[in-house]
Amino acid sequence: MASDNATDLKDEISELAPFDPTKKKKKKKPVAQDHVEEVEKLVETTENLSVEDAGESVFSGMKKKKKKQVELDIEENEEGDAGEDNDDGKLGEDEQGEGIIFGGEQLPWEGTDRDYKYEELLDRVFNTLRENNPLLAGDRRRTVMRPPQVLREGTKKTVFANFMDSCKTMHRQPEHVMTFLLAEMGTTGSLDGQQRLVVKGRFAPKNFEGILKRYINEYVICNGCKSADTILSKENRLFFLRCEQCGSSRSVAPIKAGFVARVGRRKAGV
Amino acid sequence: MSDLDTQIPSTFDPFAEASADNAGAVSKEYVHIRVQQRNGRKSLTTVQGLKKEYSKTKILKDLKKEFCCNGTVVEDPELGQVIQLQGDQRKNVSTFLVQAGILKKEQIKIHGF
Repeated sequence: MASDNATDLKDEISELAPFDPTKKKKKKKPVAQDHVEEVEKLVETTENLSVEDAGESVFSGMKKKKKKQVELDIEENEEGDAGEDNDDGKLGEDEQGEGIIFGGEQLPWEGTDRDYKYEELLDRVFNTLRENNPLLAGDRRRTVMRPPQVLREGTKKTVFANFMDSCKTMHRQPEHVMTFLLAEMGTTGSLDGQQRLVVKGRFAPKNFEGILKRYINEYVICNGCKSADTILSKENRLFFLRCEQCGSSRSVAPIKAGFVARVGRRKAGV
Repeated sequence: MSDLDTQIPSTFDPFAEASADNAGAVSKEYVHIRVQQRNGRKSLTTVQGLKKEYSKTKILKDLKKEFCCNGTVVEDPELGQVIQLQGDQRKNVSTFLVQAGILKKEQIKIHGF
C-alpha cells in the first residue's frame, strides 16, 4: 500500500495543479469547522471507501457544487448536508493518506477521451481489491502437484511415468526422491531411459501418492509458514531444509531403508 | 549393563538432561513398522526398533495368536532383533502395541505404501 500511495501521490500532484485554487479555499474551510469534522471523521473514514467506489465520476462534478456552496455560506456547513459530509471526510483523510480518497478522481483517463491502459486498470482493480478484501490480493499461491501416472511394466514392475515432473514441482533432486520412495516401499528400482522411475513390485497410483505426500510433509513443507518454497541442502553429511519464504531452517532426518527382509529364493550357499 | 549403571552417576553426564527430556517426550526412538511385497499378493510386515527390555519372542507369540499369522524373530547385525509377520499387519501391529502399553502412538512410524 505504501508504495502505491507514493505513486498515487505523484500522480496527484500533477493532477491537482489546476485544482490548486480550489484546494486553498477548502483548506480554509476545515479550519472554520474543525469541530464538526472531528466528530464526523470517524464515520466518514468507514463510509468513504464504499461511497468512493460507487460515485467516482460523480465526485468531480460534486466538487464544483461544493465550491459554490462554500462561497455562499460557511455556516451551512456545520449542519452537515450529505454532499458536504463527503467533502469533509475527504479533507479529513487528506492528512492521513490521500491515495485512497483521491483514488476515484485521479483516474488517469478521467476527463479525457483516450482509452484506458491495461496497467491503469490493473492498478485500479488491485487497489479496490486491497481495500475491500486484502486477503485476496496477497500473493499466496498453492502449488498443485499432478497425480502420479503409474503404468505396469510386465507383471512384476511398476513405472512411475511423471516422476521427473513431480520432482520438478517439488524442487527436489530426483535421486533424493527416488531413495525415499524406494526405502519406503522396501523395494529396488531405477530410472529408465525416459527418466521414468521403474520399481520392482506392484503398486497402485494411490500408493505413490501416499508416499509422495509423506515426502512432501517431511522434506518439502516448511514447518513455520507451510510454504513449499524451500531448498534442501547438504551440510557436512546432514540435510537441512531452508525456507525461501520465511528464512527458517531445520534439519531433516536422513533417509534410511531400515530392515529389509529377504524375499524371494535363497541361494543354496547362504 | 551393570558396569554402565555404576559408571554414570560417578561422572558428570552431559546427556542426563537430554535423556530426561526424552523420557518426558518419549518420541525419540521410533519403532518402524514396514511392509514388503512378496510374490503375488503376499506381503510381509517387519517391526524394527523395539526396546531391548522386551522379549521379542513373547510379543511375537501374542501377535501370532492375535492375527492368526505366522512370524519369526530375525537377528540383524545392526538393528538387533526384528519381528517378521506374514501378511500386511501394519495396522494390527500398531494398535496391538499401543493397547498393550508397550509404546505410545507417537513412537510408531508406519512405512510403506
